[in-house]
Amino acid sequence: MRTISMLATGFILVPLVAIVAYVVVNGWGWLDPEFLVSAPVNDIHGGALTAILGSLQLVPMATLIAAPVGILGGIFVSEIATPRVAAAIRFAADVMVGLPSIVIGVFCYAILVVPFKTFSAAAGIAALAVIMVPVILRNTEEILRLVPASVREGGLALGLPRWRTIMTVVIRAGFGGLVTGIILAVARASGETAPLLLTALGSRLVNVGEIDKPMDSLPTFIYTNSGQPSPVLVGQAWAAALLLLVFVLVANITVRLLAARRGSGRS
Amino acid sequence: MTFIESVPIPRPFSLPADDTLAGARGEAVAGLPGSLEIRDVTVAYGSTVAVRDVTMAVPPRSVTAIIGPSGCGKSTLIRAVNRMHETQPGATVKGSILLDGVDLYAPGVDPVQVRRVVGMVFQKPNPFPAMSIWENVAAGPKLLGLARRKPELDELVERSLRRAAIWDEVKDKLKRPGTSLSGGQQQRLCIARTIVVDPEVILMDEPCSALDPIATLRIEELISELKAQYAIVIVTHNLQQAARVSDRSAFFTLGDHGSGYLVEEGPTQDLFTNPRNRLTEDYVSGRFG
Repeated sequence: MRTISMLATGFILVPLVAIVAYVVVNGWGWLDPEFLVSAPVNDIHGGALTAILGSLQLVPMATLIAAPVGILGGIFVSEIATPRVAAAIRFAADVMVGLPSIVIGVFCYAILVVPFKTFSAAAGIAALAVIMVPVILRNTEEILRLVPASVREGGLALGLPRWRTIMTVVIRAGFGGLVTGIILAVARASGETAPLLLTALGSRLVNVGEIDKPMDSLPTFIYTNSGQPSPVLVGQAWAAALLLLVFVLVANITVRLLAARRGSGRS
Repeated sequence: MTFIESVPIPRPFSLPADDTLAGARGEAVAGLPGSLEIRDVTVAYGSTVAVRDVTMAVPPRSVTAIIGPSGCGKSTLIRAVNRMHETQPGATVKGSILLDGVDLYAPGVDPVQVRRVVGMVFQKPNPFPAMSIWENVAAGPKLLGLARRKPELDELVERSLRRAAIWDEVKDKLKRPGTSLSGGQQQRLCIARTIVVDPEVILMDEPCSALDPIATLRIEELISELKAQYAIVIVTHNLQQAARVSDRSAFFTLGDHGSGYLVEEGPTQDLFTNPRNRLTEDYVSGRFG
């Protein structure tokens, strides 16, 4: 039994290590200044500036929408909703979390791309936000559930109205956990490809702030470049993959550190 | 420990003029605010009656101990006084509870306002997590809009921590988390948090049950000092504690129907040395409970 479970653990670790190693080996050489600061030019020159700037706009803007909605929704489910309503929303959110992201992509394509007759960053932002909201909502609910009832009573006993107690004392108590949930949702959204292909599409032009036009992003850049015959473009896809991997790893490690700090009771 | 001066501190707030409590401020018994009267009060959770038909009075500037065996509704009763009981589903209160002559359960009385005037200290110290010592005390005045600027808050925080007899221990670490303190210190911090908003009555629900004897002693000393300012109602399982800190005591026990009731109340000394009821005598002499 012990051997089998150790083998199973190895089975998980081997692909993880292999993927990281493979991406680093293939991508590191291409991660040069040109890759970071220039837009795609042709098969030999250019970089991933479009994708980097694109991801740096799409994901934060989606977070700006999804974080308040997800957190307020989580507060509603945890603190305000009756048990029946809470169970219904929880179930809906769980279904949403499990939904294949391409379905969300098609949905946003149908309601935000087709009517406007153009792929757009806005549609991409909407798709990412839809993916993030249920993740943040469920996390918020779980975190607030961990805040002891005595904390709420302490706030109420001071003569604070219930909503005030929730928005200040309870939220404060779970703040680290709420941030953790947002970071995890950001990490998840950063790597989403399918919904962006159907919405923001990808672009060879630098797009800053024009959300009514197509916009590039790291995942779509990886997708389009890796299918090209030019070894330079394929190499850039590896470099972009490495960049994305580093970002997601950093996000996850940050979350771990935050959680560890909370665990030791210092926050 | 120094005696805290009993000059009235300026009220950092007054109840809104439209509130039914406001008129009562001036007409308090003997000119002192914080006189509590419990009349025919029955408190229930759904169909389970926790404590029935309680009638008793709590005079201002005194300590009233509520004693009795577990499950006789002591905590439930005091949670009805600051209208905390009703935050639980199915909770009901019958009868009336008068603070300075005004029924806290009259229609139109906002439970949130009641809790501003009737503070509560809980069984387990519950400092707000992720808040510093300073923030724990400043939270009340800040969120209630009693003081906004840092110097005002600083002053309120220091004064409350001094009155809660914990200032000297925490003055150099006000930015440390409230939860980093020891249990007894946390409880005194919670008392500081309660008195900073200057209530008239302070309810204490077994405030020492989670503390060691030395920490307990310090809280008891503090209670004796605070009664110069407030009416204090303390629920306790510890008879010696009731004898040490209280002026009046009320003995509750469990009736035939599984709900608690008040057996007798009166000056603590009489209740302990010369009880009128045999049940009280049995309890205070340690024969049951």
